[in-house]
Amino acid sequence: MNFSEVFKLSGLLCKFSPDGKYLASCVQYRVVVRDVRTLQILQLYTCLDQVQHMEWSADSLFILCAMYKRGLVQVWSLEQPEWHCKIDEGSAGLVASCWSPDGRHILNTTEFHLRITVWSLCTKSVSYIKYPKACQQGITFTRDGRYLALAERRDCKDYVSIFVCSDWQLLRHFDTDTQDLAGMEWAPNGCVLAVWDTCLEYKMLLYSLDGRLLAAYSAYEWSLGIKSVAWSPSSQFLAVGSYDGKVRLLNHVTWKMTTEFGHPAAISNPKTVVYKEVEKSPPLGLGPLSFPPFRAGTCPLTATSPESKYEVASVPISLQTLKPATDRANPRMGIGMLAFSPDSYFLATRNDNVPNAVWVWDIQKLSLFVVLEQLSPVRSFQWDPQQPRLAICTGASKVYLWSPAGCMSVQVPGEGDFPVLSLCWHSSGDSLALLGKDHFCLCFLETSEGVREALGQRASQT
Amino acid sequence: NKSISQYTSETKMSPSSLYSQQVLCSSIPLSKNVHSFFSAFCTEENIEQSISYLDQELTTFGFPSLYEEPKSKEAKKELNIVAVLNCMNELLVLQRKNLLAQENVETQNLKLGSDMDHLQSCYAKLKEQLETSRREIIGLQERDRQLQCKNRNLHQLLKNEKDEVQKLQNIIASRATQYNHDMKRKEREYNKLKERLHQLVMNKKDKKIAMDVLNYVGRADGKRGSWRTGKTEARNEDEMYKILLNDYEYRQKQILLENAELKKVLQQMKKEMISLLSPQKKKPRERADESTGTVISDAEEDAGELGRESVWDLSCETVREQLTNSIRKQWRILKSHVEKLDNQVSKVHLEGFNDEDVISRQDHEQETEKLELEIQQCKEMIKTQQQLLQQQLATACDDDTTSLFRDCYLLEEKERLKEEWSLFKEQKKNFERERRSFTEAAIRLGLERKAFEEERASWLKQQFLNMTAFDHQNSENVKLFSAFSGSSDQDNLTMHSRPRQKKPPSVSNGSPICTSKGTKSLPASPTLDSCQTRPCVSEHNSVSVLNITPEETKPNQVGRECSSQTWSVASRPGSQEGCYSRCSLTYTNSHVEKDDLP
Repeated sequence: MNFSEVFKLSGLLCKFSPDGKYLASCVQYRVVVRDVRTLQILQLYTCLDQVQHMEWSADSLFILCAMYKRGLVQVWSLEQPEWHCKIDEGSAGLVASCWSPDGRHILNTTEFHLRITVWSLCTKSVSYIKYPKACQQGITFTRDGRYLALAERRDCKDYVSIFVCSDWQLLRHFDTDTQDLAGMEWAPNGCVLAVWDTCLEYKMLLYSLDGRLLAAYSAYEWSLGIKSVAWSPSSQFLAVGSYDGKVRLLNHVTWKMTTEFGHPAAISNPKTVVYKEVEKSPPLGLGPLSFPPFRAGTCPLTATSPESKYEVASVPISLQTLKPATDRANPRMGIGMLAFSPDSYFLATRNDNVPNAVWVWDIQKLSLFVVLEQLSPVRSFQWDPQQPRLAICTGASKVYLWSPAGCMSVQVPGEGDFPVLSLCWHSSGDSLALLGKDHFCLCFLETSEGVREALGQRASQT
Repeated sequence: NKSISQYTSETKMSPSSLYSQQVLCSSIPLSKNVHSFFSAFCTEENIEQSISYLDQELTTFGFPSLYEEPKSKEAKKELNIVAVLNCMNELLVLQRKNLLAQENVETQNLKLGSDMDHLQSCYAKLKEQLETSRREIIGLQERDRQLQCKNRNLHQLLKNEKDEVQKLQNIIASRATQYNHDMKRKEREYNKLKERLHQLVMNKKDKKIAMDVLNYVGRADGKRGSWRTGKTEARNEDEMYKILLNDYEYRQKQILLENAELKKVLQQMKKEMISLLSPQKKKPRERADESTGTVISDAEEDAGELGRESVWDLSCETVREQLTNSIRKQWRILKSHVEKLDNQVSKVHLEGFNDEDVISRQDHEQETEKLELEIQQCKEMIKTQQQLLQQQLATACDDDTTSLFRDCYLLEEKERLKEEWSLFKEQKKNFERERRSFTEAAIRLGLERKAFEEERASWLKQQFLNMTAFDHQNSENVKLFSAFSGSSDQDNLTMHSRPRQKKPPSVSNGSPICTSKGTKSLPASPTLDSCQTRPCVSEHNSVSVLNITPEETKPNQVGRECSSQTWSVASRPGSQEGCYSRCSLTYTNSHVEKDDLP
């Protein structure tokens, strides 16, 4: 495992291009595009203000930079550096901007969600969509980029409009049986739209592409409801995380609950492996679970924060829990994050009142597989897009990797502390961008075979 | 009581009563007192009166008169001393008896008194107990009442809580509606504002809202944008439905695939089940379950029907019922079969060791032990006889006279010894013969075994070939094979015992007359064992050796009975049965020989 040198960054804006060739990062008002392999700067764009949002077009030809404060969007072309495009939303303001899947249209949401403006880069045409709903996840495109589902609010009722992305024609428009629609997401196969209600009410609605209601699911009443939702890549399962600290898996045939994953703080099942991160007093040799040393000389290891390693804790064990303040809004409880592995075999979850732990569930056996307990609260985790490998960051200057073979904790080398606040995988799964507040670096993993070997060895050692 | 009798006797004022009173008062009357007493009663003067008085008294009590029988009426009565003395003696005896009785009565009285005391104390205790239990009952009743009270209170509380919950739920509901109402109101206001803002912001031709682009770029797909027309709309619809259709088709295909897979599994399972279960029909005697028998035949019919591949390609609707029924039936059979097997296993476990060869070894050991014991006994007999002979010879040499004297005895003795000797020899000969017969039996058994093994091997081969060919028509063979494979315990057993079984024939083939060796190599087979034991059994009771009934074997060999039973249960039909009977024939022969023995 190798680490690149540290580059400057602002606003956690660092993204791999969808084709995996480039890496774009923002430093204040500058956008730097690097080659992923050599990390040489290919392009440097200067925006009019500090960039608040940056997004690659789907074909990796354009970069969109939004400056919400100024109501401005600037688009840069990778092929033609002299090409430029500036969209000014004027007094209407701007709160969100995104590419359409074809990479030739930009959807800008004005302030107060007055409307969504669809700007085309091909023609002069401008489309407006009125009454978009201000909610958590009100816009969603299908994977194939054909359709856009948009949440709308008219006369105190929720509606969903489905547009054909190719010509922005309205395909379907239907009202949903929700009090206050909070979010929606297309199934990966693009045929089912999951729509869920606000957290005050547990309600999950499933609509077909043609607007038929396929099923409605409600686990309970009177209590805070859905907090997070994830489709399995195979579209077979819909995982619904809720405030009661449970994940419910709905199946795609009957849309009824297949199983329920509770997240108790006490783990007693002996089949579950609990990896506990423990601090290691600094200059000690490398423990069995920490990763092999970095290439000598290239990256001098300065131990500013104590190293850590994983130990297999003996069950039963109880995890550190947080007592949520139930009298406050948005209490820190329930399943706040959940993600399926790319092969749909595993589901990683985080219960917000056990913030230090990541649960990994085996979807084949529908049971708890592994629990990782970190020293500090888990900030984010993301699956390797190619294999069941989970990267976790906790705000410490370490990155944690888990795979079915075992897990490891890797210290990010470099001068000074480098708290990793976020991370994103390269589409090949060979490298990982670790994002800090002011810096970022790339972490190159060995070829997948090598890593698998190493992980296998690690597993056999433990 | 006592005092009353005393008083009554006193009123009479009779000397005897006085006397009795005296006696009663002082249990051990002093001689002095007695003397003084008598002196007071009878003086020189009133002898006559006293005597007559005493006579009167005594006669009234039924004693004979003190006077002699008067010869005539006029004659004066003469005092009969003998009678007096008799009377006195009788009186004394009586008195002693009375004293004894009195003592008894007194002790009894004392006993009764103590009994009385005891009972009284018991009574008091019981009364106390009664009191305490009464108190306890009251206490418990009180507690019960209190608990009931508490319960009532709790019920009340529960009801209150329920009411509270209901109330709170109502409140929540009302709040929710209120909140929703307020939300709606606010939202309306907000919408109004939004509308207004929209008008203000959007309708005023904002120069600023614009896109400044160097040049327009081509579309990603290279096509030119098309006008929105009804046509495009229709096309979009079409496309959408196409997508949906594709998805459904994909899913249907997957389901079909899954179904086919499941069907395949089901079919395979069914085949295996049929092949596993149908041979049960071969042994209807053992598996006396008529119901399963009929079911099996049904299952076979079904198997014939469902064996045709075409049935499997039909949609589930038509075959489902048939299929589920047959599966259910077979499952039932399988279940009963497994249960049966379980029962067998448990039975065998109860009997101790499962393996038959272990039992046979035990039997063999017992047998050899017995034989050794007999040999020992015979040896001892020989020894004693020799000793006796020597002694007699020695004594004969020592003393001629005695020898002469005992000559006749010696001759007699010799005669007897000779007789015994011949008897013993005969016995020995019998033993030898018996052993030979055993070895012969062993040889025969070994050959039988070998033949059976070969037969079996050929069977297996055939079966295997049939199996691989997977020919459904040769289901007969398949059945037989699975009968063997079904009872895996037996199979294992034969597998284990095979190497050992091979030995006896080779040994006996080499030297059929070598009896001692033959007997030692016998234990390999249980059948041999069973025929070994029988003769010994019959030796003890020489009654009708030819038909050995189980009653005969019982007293001697209880454990053997069990083992032989298990053998018969586990035995496969065929050659072994015959072998068994032949063995029994050989030993019956030996019995006949033995019967000649005195």
